[in-house]
Amino acid sequence: MIYADNAATTRMSDAAVQAMLSVIQQNYGNPSSLYTLGQQAKEILEDARQAVAEVIGADPREILFTSGGSEADNQAIRSAAALGKKAGKTHIVSTAFEHHAVLHTLEKLKGEGFDITLLDVHEDGLVRPEEVRAAIRDDTCLVTVMYANNEIGTIQPIREIGEICHERGILFHTDAVQAVGHIPLNVKDDHVDLLSASAHKFHGPKGVGFLYARKGVRLTNLIEGGAQENGKRAGTENVPGIAAMAAALKESAGKIAQNTPILAERRDRLIRGLRQIPHSALNGDETQRLPGNVNFCFEGIEGESLLLLLDDKGIEASSGSACTSGSLDPSHVLLAIGRVHDVAHGSLRLSLGEDLTDADIDYIIQSVTDVVTYLRSFSPIWRDLESGKKPHIL
Amino acid sequence: MALYSEKVMEHFRNPRNVGVIEDANGIGEVGNAKCGDIMKMYLKIEDDVIQDVKFETFGCGSAIASSSMATELIKGKPVSEAMQLTNKAVAEALDGLPAYKMHCSVLAEEAIHAALEDYHNRTGK
Repeated sequence: MIYADNAATTRMSDAAVQAMLSVIQQNYGNPSSLYTLGQQAKEILEDARQAVAEVIGADPREILFTSGGSEADNQAIRSAAALGKKAGKTHIVSTAFEHHAVLHTLEKLKGEGFDITLLDVHEDGLVRPEEVRAAIRDDTCLVTVMYANNEIGTIQPIREIGEICHERGILFHTDAVQAVGHIPLNVKDDHVDLLSASAHKFHGPKGVGFLYARKGVRLTNLIEGGAQENGKRAGTENVPGIAAMAAALKESAGKIAQNTPILAERRDRLIRGLRQIPHSALNGDETQRLPGNVNFCFEGIEGESLLLLLDDKGIEASSGSACTSGSLDPSHVLLAIGRVHDVAHGSLRLSLGEDLTDADIDYIIQSVTDVVTYLRSFSPIWRDLESGKKPHIL
Repeated sequence: MALYSEKVMEHFRNPRNVGVIEDANGIGEVGNAKCGDIMKMYLKIEDDVIQDVKFETFGCGSAIASSSMATELIKGKPVSEAMQLTNKAVAEALDGLPAYKMHCSVLAEEAIHAALEDYHNRTGK
């Protein structure tokens, strides 16, 4: 089996599993309890906070544990919106290809009277800092731009955007779910006020993540109740998950320098191989992208069929086709970078892990080539393209 | 539970009647690339009986399986019988489709009907 869907989720690392087991079996106390077992759990929680903070260059008091990236996105945006509203500022700048955890929250805020500007991400899948600057108004309360896109892997110029926001005194949030543990980042250097991350994207467990909120940024609760997490997120802490997340992040972040060149080389090998398929195109900028992300469109075929046949060959990947999204429209990310519907339906995302070998990459190239050729052999669209009845787009 | 029934996967992996009939006397194409599904049906009808049927499909697994099953259901059948083909029959023959994939069976029904209509228009019957 070749698992190439690490942007969807990752296998838990051994260190994370061990950390989780140890807490479940031995340190099962409630961190809010006064006796020794509870205080041990509290210590594990605070050690984890320290470890997470260190990785992103934050102070431990600036880390809030959540149930994952979506919750962190919701809380970050809701908090900035609440602060903005208090000051009479109800304009938010974001981009067209954010994760739905961001886009749907913004959509809700729009219904509550906020004005939302979604910036173009251009054909290369990169936000232009000068366009962020131009979009900022006197009533802008928040800019939220993802660190790296979850589908096409493009890494955004976060530092430049952060500088612009801070020059103007505007809060800056970044959904860094795909970036944390994969590329080096530092919230202070990047001028980030709010940052969301999710453990299962960096070999931690599902159902846990964190929100970084710069000291002084007042958070709004999504969950009311006890005084956990400094009163900003009620509910007994997911200590096993949090301990495992910290273990996974320490390991992932520690290996970035070592893994990046290897992963990038495999990625580029895969890109070169898939480019040999006629009428195909890489989605997103070739160099400003995550080291493990490859995303292609193939003309004349549909993504779900491609995925099912690749699965038969032992390759697990994903697609932005409508059929895989459960809606009639293909991926909003591919539409945002200007891919037309016909082409966006034929997309394939391969997100590589450190475990893949060159032989695996070559097997993927051969398999994708075979399946695309096969599906095209009875595609009426491909027939029209090849007979000249319709012009090729790619 | 798997996304699709075994029957759907079997027809998807080994679709029946794939291809083109060069001297078809009934051709129907439905769907559009924007929505991600196109089906094209080719019929060879003699003496009001469907002697041969072939299809080409751009679409998801259930679209390909529905096309395949629809061709199996009408092959060798009189035109009058093929006219009665419903999407329900296609879906049932596939041991069911997920609710949000039912439109694939509808497309298969429509593609067959479009090809039959083309045949009627050509022959004036």
